Amino acid sequence: MASRIRVLLAKPGLDGHDKGVKLVARALMEAGMEVIYLGMRQSPDAIVQAAIQEDPHVVGLSILSGAHVSLTRKVVSRLKEAGCTEIPVIVGGTIPPGDLETLKKEGAAAIFPMGTDFEDIISWIGNYASLNPSRPNSGGGAR
Amino acid sequence: MTGEKRQARKGPPRWDEASARVTESGLPIKEVYNPGDFPVEREEGIGLPGAYPFTRGVYRTMYRGRLWTMRQYAGFGTAAESNKRYQFLLSQGQTGLSVAFDLPTQLGYDSDDPSVEDEVGRVGVAIDTLADMEVLFEGIPLEKVSTNFTINSTAAIVLAMYYALAEKRGLDPRQLRGTVQNDMIKEFLARKSYIFPVDPSLKIVTDIIEFCSRRLPSFNPISVSGYHIREAGADVVQELALTLKAGITYVEGALSRGMTVDEFASQLSFHFTSGQEFFEEIAKYRAARKMWAEIVKTRFHSSKPESQLLRVFAGGNGVTLTAQEPLNNIIRGTLQCLVGVLGGAQAIHVPAYDEAFAIPTEESARIGLRTQQIVAYESGIPRTADPLGGSYYVESLTEELEKRAWDLMEEIDRKGGLVPCIKTGYIQGLIQDRAFERERQIQSGQKPVVGVNCFSSQKTESIHLSEMDPGILERQKRGLEEIKARRDQAAVGKALESLKRAAAQGKNLMPYIIEAVKGYVTVGEITYQLREVFGEYRETERA
Repeated sequence: MASRIRVLLAKPGLDGHDKGVKLVARALMEAGMEVIYLGMRQSPDAIVQAAIQEDPHVVGLSILSGAHVSLTRKVVSRLKEAGCTEIPVIVGGTIPPGDLETLKKEGAAAIFPMGTDFEDIISWIGNYASLNPSRPNSGGGAR
Repeated sequence: MTGEKRQARKGPPRWDEASARVTESGLPIKEVYNPGDFPVEREEGIGLPGAYPFTRGVYRTMYRGRLWTMRQYAGFGTAAESNKRYQFLLSQGQTGLSVAFDLPTQLGYDSDDPSVEDEVGRVGVAIDTLADMEVLFEGIPLEKVSTNFTINSTAAIVLAMYYALAEKRGLDPRQLRGTVQNDMIKEFLARKSYIFPVDPSLKIVTDIIEFCSRRLPSFNPISVSGYHIREAGADVVQELALTLKAGITYVEGALSRGMTVDEFASQLSFHFTSGQEFFEEIAKYRAARKMWAEIVKTRFHSSKPESQLLRVFAGGNGVTLTAQEPLNNIIRGTLQCLVGVLGGAQAIHVPAYDEAFAIPTEESARIGLRTQQIVAYESGIPRTADPLGGSYYVESLTEELEKRAWDLMEEIDRKGGLVPCIKTGYIQGLIQDRAFERERQIQSGQKPVVGVNCFSSQKTESIHLSEMDPGILERQKRGLEEIKARRDQAAVGKALESLKRAAAQGKNLMPYIIEAVKGYVTVGEITYQLREVFGEYRETERA
């Protein structure tokens, strides 16, 4: 059996709007993925630390506080510094259209603004994982 | 596959006998309503506007006597930028202020704390010390304009600053009118800007209620909010039941301090959402008034009618605003404004059409205000109190919502009560389940959202959005540095020490916080001391 796709979700910064990220977590789990949700008010360092430990296929950030550009930049660059260049960072939340390009430049692999269907997120992650199949430590226990 | 789905979505949604039969929160709807649904003998039960049980409104003349307060939620950047926006809104005919704070202020961090640098001045105004508050209200007469502060975990600090500002201007603080949101229950349930654990958080809420009842008789120490519970995904019945349960919890807290219900209950205020299911939403405001009046009168034995009034701030349902075809949100805002007016609200906020992207521009904020003004002055709707009173349909919806909300309140009691159910996460789970169900309904097209899952143009409308001035963080930090260099350090240390002692001894914190803010002690410094004493709340995260 192929190992399950692992997704690490977190809310960086102080933003407490956690409805969206929890809905996405649930949809990903229903689609058969393993989701590690770190919770809200996570510092970029804490997220990177968790990514190193959990070795997910994808890291997903949910930001509705307007601070998406700088927070994404921090997570992406610290992942790089930690040598985790192969884990893509995807971003969801309240993202104005004008920031889509900026976020891409900051290293976001995909952006799913408010109003995105679960299906689009699930298929993006699924495609990515099928193109990058073997994660050395994946398939760990459910949490 | 995705392409096919999108194609299908250009067409009309399902609209037939079956889909028309239930409201958004599942109330069954009949084909037509007639006198049998609201017979004459039950009509007496609803009374008149301004009379118990206040189903038809809290005042006899309602808007004929005085229009609702138009209060657009605003705040961003430093105090100077926000003051400019308030001056603009007041110059355009807004009749009250509603202050939005940035997240560091809401969570008790100063702007010079490196861990919060990304969030300073972003979703609201940055307030570090009394000096910021002085700038925020420059040129605004505190004795004339009422102000609503959306502040919770650090409400005591903001209120202390407002009090100190009035004194500094030589005003009697008893003249101050306004509200601090100060509703921690909904923070744990939905809004999530908590700091301390549940018990000390609720203790500070009571401190504020006690302080206002003694020192600020025209100020609302709390706005018990269903709004955010709803935004987090709850339905109307859950919003109603949980808000009233929260209200009961706060009354009990104040009673346990030795106050009598009629000493403080007239200062309690409420905040509900105006969603899209038009008549159900209006019925919710009516049911809420009736239920609260009954609770205060029969359960808490109030003998003062003013104590029994559910005075309410109606906010437009932000989650209904769409990023697709954003100008459609102006129409949604208009409907939500009508819900507030026909629901008999005392103050109304109409969301700005660009809120699905960013904080409002001056233009989008103005359109929100104009929506209210058009309804107030052009539509003729406010000419009579409770124009929908006696409608067979609205009255039976009101009764049905009331019944379902009482049932849910009883169920929560059977499960151990509101606060224990929050601590176990039971209620959060209920809300999350409902949120997931609704999201599925939207994504499957079962719940129509025009321009999104039906009648979609698939075009990106480009609208002008507000952009954050990158200089804000530096300006705010510089201002704070100057204040810190200028203030009496010995006095700061002393004030913090006595605050910490008072917190450890369980005293009412308000006098100590007032003393501190007068000496320009910062929000972060005060909160740090309280964190030391009370600790921090950690949610058991469940996805």
